[in-house]
Amino acid sequence: MKKLWNIMVVDDEEVMRESLAAWLREDGYTVETAESGKEAIDKTKLKEYAIYFIDLKMPGGHDGIETMMEIRKIQPEASIIIVTAYATVDTAITAMKEGAQEYIVKPCNPEEISLLVSRIIKIKNLQRENSILRKKLTKQYSFCDIISKNPKMLEIFNLIKEVASLRSTVMIQGESGTGKELIARAIHYSGDRAGKPFVGVSCAALTESLLESELFGHEKGSFTGATGQKKGKFEMAEGGTIFLDEIGDISPKLQLNLLRILQERNFYRVGGTEQIDVDVRVIAATNRNLEDAVREGRFRDDLFYRLNVINIHLPSLRDRREDIPLLVHNFIEHIGPELGREVNDISEGALKILLNHNWPGNVRELENAVERAIVTCKTKVLMEDDFAFIISHSVEKKQWDIPSQLTLEEIENQAITATLHRTHGNIKEASSILGVDRSTLYDRIKKYNLPRN
Amino acid sequence: MNAIYLAPFGIIEEDVLSTLEICLWQVYGFDIRRIPPLPDPSAALDVKNNQYNSSLVLKDLLKKIPKDAEKVLGITSRDLFIPMLSFVFGHAQLNGPAAIVSLARLHQDFYHLPENRELFLHRVMKEAIHEIGHTFGLIHCPDLNCAMSLSNAIQFVDKKNGELCNNCTILFEESTKHSRRENGMEMQQ
Repeated sequence: MKKLWNIMVVDDEEVMRESLAAWLREDGYTVETAESGKEAIDKTKLKEYAIYFIDLKMPGGHDGIETMMEIRKIQPEASIIIVTAYATVDTAITAMKEGAQEYIVKPCNPEEISLLVSRIIKIKNLQRENSILRKKLTKQYSFCDIISKNPKMLEIFNLIKEVASLRSTVMIQGESGTGKELIARAIHYSGDRAGKPFVGVSCAALTESLLESELFGHEKGSFTGATGQKKGKFEMAEGGTIFLDEIGDISPKLQLNLLRILQERNFYRVGGTEQIDVDVRVIAATNRNLEDAVREGRFRDDLFYRLNVINIHLPSLRDRREDIPLLVHNFIEHIGPELGREVNDISEGALKILLNHNWPGNVRELENAVERAIVTCKTKVLMEDDFAFIISHSVEKKQWDIPSQLTLEEIENQAITATLHRTHGNIKEASSILGVDRSTLYDRIKKYNLPRN
Repeated sequence: MNAIYLAPFGIIEEDVLSTLEICLWQVYGFDIRRIPPLPDPSAALDVKNNQYNSSLVLKDLLKKIPKDAEKVLGITSRDLFIPMLSFVFGHAQLNGPAAIVSLARLHQDFYHLPENRELFLHRVMKEAIHEIGHTFGLIHCPDLNCAMSLSNAIQFVDKKNGELCNNCTILFEESTKHSRRENGMEMQQ
């Protein structure tokens, strides 16, 4: 195990660095030396070292503390031992404050150095083991690229396995960014249709006529610009699965067409007379409450029941916070190499920020946040500062979060208080934001006995 | 045939040298020869602590290696140190030709205890096997009974045996396959 760890000895005195290096090599470590801070920093850019022994006093540009600070920028997880012949309380405090793991006075007792190195290596081995276990855990909690250990999600994974090979339609409901398309793909690729096409259509992105042509295809001359025959997505998905995302947004006419295809398993191209039979499994998804739309008459109940044979409701990320560490480590593992960035971990403080955030945009928002942090971070570990954009966003958001079960008056009170706080008590600005005139705002301030800022 | 040479700095007792001849031959199988006592390496002396800087002693020793030497083991009565450490029992060039062992801390009277010659010779034997092991590329062994286990205090020297464990024996045989074949040697065990 020792050979896995590289140690760097930095000292301007040859006899000093070579003798310590030789002694550590006898103990089985791979040791390299540098005769100046600059050489050590240059070598650090090319290779990872687990432990650095750095002499405090070195001539030239970088003394021991400066060298350590530079190295910590490149390899924050490295353990640094500052070595000095002349110990003072001041230098010891500075060294420890700037991140030295140990501060030792030479010459040391051999037992002391041996214990120190083996203690650090023991911790490094545990950290490495931890990282391997974490990867195994991700694998364990992963199903068709979906990672979760949340009980609700695990139930969904089981349901997917059960229904994957059936032909029944599936309705996936969940907030934006919860991974509805991933679930649809998981159903497709774990069933008998895996070898056939999976075709996705976003129903909200197109106008009614374009979507109709997109789904069912059209014949030549069926409308202006239809210069040739075109196959629709249903035909393209023959034998496989069609995924209709944002199904809640389709027009009544298309709702009827879809109902027909689900009932009859056939359809006509736009402008066509030939009946086309298809064997396609339909998976629909929406981030809206379709039951409400059905009650309000905006969505056909017969289509809803046809689509809702198997219902999967995806929990939001804030309802499965236990997955955040797993997801973050998975994103780091994948996004880092894609972006050519050597980021391999996240600090506990940074993870805490992510765990406390509300994630209205769910997993997609989390992924974007991790990507942004990877792009801007300067070390190999994502730190709290790399997620500063989330903190500022959360603070701003917190002021406007309205708790449930409040009366209208209480909500009005809170809205006015928050606006006054935001405008630092500026009545003109606050009344403009709230959309009321100044006298009304003064009335309310008086009514609720509010402070001006 | 190549040999391991014993190189005493100053006068070293006969029982020490003959013990080393026997144990090193038994463990490593090479002929053991002596070179006449070398003068004290005064340039390596740290007067304040009355210790030799072992790195400088090794440098000095390298200049005196006989042509047919496989390895050379320097032996000194004086305490050794390397600049980073307050003392070392011995020092070797990993995979190199030279090593040195100090007798100073192997005596019981160093620890204010009654001298015990047999125990002292046992310690000398273990440390010599250890340092010569490094010159054959062996690193510290996690088996505390093996002569190659790390000793940074006398109790660790006493804990180990005067022989290599099976793993270190295999590693030694691998590293010396070529030179032992040239010398027509079989492993002595």
